[in-house]
Amino acid sequence: MAGFDKVVSSYEEALAGLEDNMTVLSGGFGLCGIPENLIAEIKRKQTKGLTVVSNNCGVDDFGLGILLPDRQIKKIVASYVGENAEFERQMMSGELEVELTPQGTLAEKMRAGGAGIPAFYTATGYGTPVAEGKEERNFDGRDYILEPAITGDFAIVKAWKADRYGNLVFRKTARNFNPLAATAGKITVVEVEEIVEPGSLDPDQIHTPGIYVNRLIQGTFEKRIEQRTISEAATSEGAK
Amino acid sequence: MALSREQLAQRVAQELQDGYYVNLGIGIPTLVANYVPEGMEVMLQSENGLLGMGAFPTENEIDADLINAGKQTVTMATGASVFDSAESFAMIRGGHVDLTVLGAFEVDVNGNIASYMIPGKLIKGMGGAMDLVAGADNIIVTMTHASKKGESKLLANCSLPLTGKGCIKKVLTDLAFIEIKDGKFHLIERAPGVSVEEIIKLTDGELVVPASVPEMKF
Repeated sequence: MAGFDKVVSSYEEALAGLEDNMTVLSGGFGLCGIPENLIAEIKRKQTKGLTVVSNNCGVDDFGLGILLPDRQIKKIVASYVGENAEFERQMMSGELEVELTPQGTLAEKMRAGGAGIPAFYTATGYGTPVAEGKEERNFDGRDYILEPAITGDFAIVKAWKADRYGNLVFRKTARNFNPLAATAGKITVVEVEEIVEPGSLDPDQIHTPGIYVNRLIQGTFEKRIEQRTISEAATSEGAK
Repeated sequence: MALSREQLAQRVAQELQDGYYVNLGIGIPTLVANYVPEGMEVMLQSENGLLGMGAFPTENEIDADLINAGKQTVTMATGASVFDSAESFAMIRGGHVDLTVLGAFEVDVNGNIASYMIPGKLIKGMGGAMDLVAGADNIIVTMTHASKKGESKLLANCSLPLTGKGCIKKVLTDLAFIEIKDGKFHLIERAPGVSVEEIIKLTDGELVVPASVPEMKF
């Protein structure tokens, strides 16, 4: 690695320094836009005791779900975890600690963490179990709770394209939590479908500037679909 | 007759206005997209980061990178945009979405809603529901009026953990369209063929019934 070149040559190198009991932020929504090869590398490494921050926890045999059988995740911070039988078992038995966090609050926690904002007030969750133990404050007649930001020892991110300097472009709804996680990792590791030379991406079209990215690797992706829904019409019209 | 799922969706669709940005929850709310009135333009927001959600794709159009908040493959409508999750919830929390439609287990006379958790049973998480109910001014809750056992879901006080406090003003059930204000339910419309007495019997929280209650029109 020299200068701003963030490219590493192996997944092992990409996650070097990831140790037991660290906090890992992961991009992805369901199975869409997940850093699937980086997750597989965490399984191969058998890193244990992890706190994982991710909107969801994969399914039984794909995504973050593959870290469950060997009990690699100690705690997960997520908004929705309903797609995974082993997850439910570990949660109900108390083996896995789960901190359910509203989706928008989770996104903003990462955004704030990456932007140097230690906490923020939000109306989301006021008067609900999410508010328990949190500071409350009224602004202009409305009640809010104070939500602390989140940062991670590592962030694992999937983007579509990058240049060697780590400037990232995401594709469609595979963007989701990825740009936010990218800003909030002490070490941010990004896997992409294609790496191009610096200068070949239009600076106006870059979603995440390379300053947030520490390591970059090109991978091949299964991109599994969770709910394959098909329109019967020969040509699909946009919903009006 | 209690409304079918399709009729619930049709009745909600009557609340749409031209140029509305709308977030539809999973289940019955999703069906509302099928009943957008002719000549009206509505743009659907999906909280995973899509404004301008289109129909399901054909076999050839399927794209693993393009899903809705229910994790279903979708397409993009003309004029769509995509963005990250923080931006998506800035739209929602910031009150930029004109109408939000979502389901619930229980609603009470103070506008509280419980929709995400049955302790000891179902623990899947709130997803974006807490942000949606906290951020939107115009929310319609769609649900059945009572459980299969005949227990009312319109209560004096929600019994389940709340999704949001004091944020619901309109509820459409399979029996009635109800507004919530001043700590009471107000019966606005009844489903065709459903009597006021039946609605009163299945409503636990205080219900204000005007002298005449019109039937819903389809």
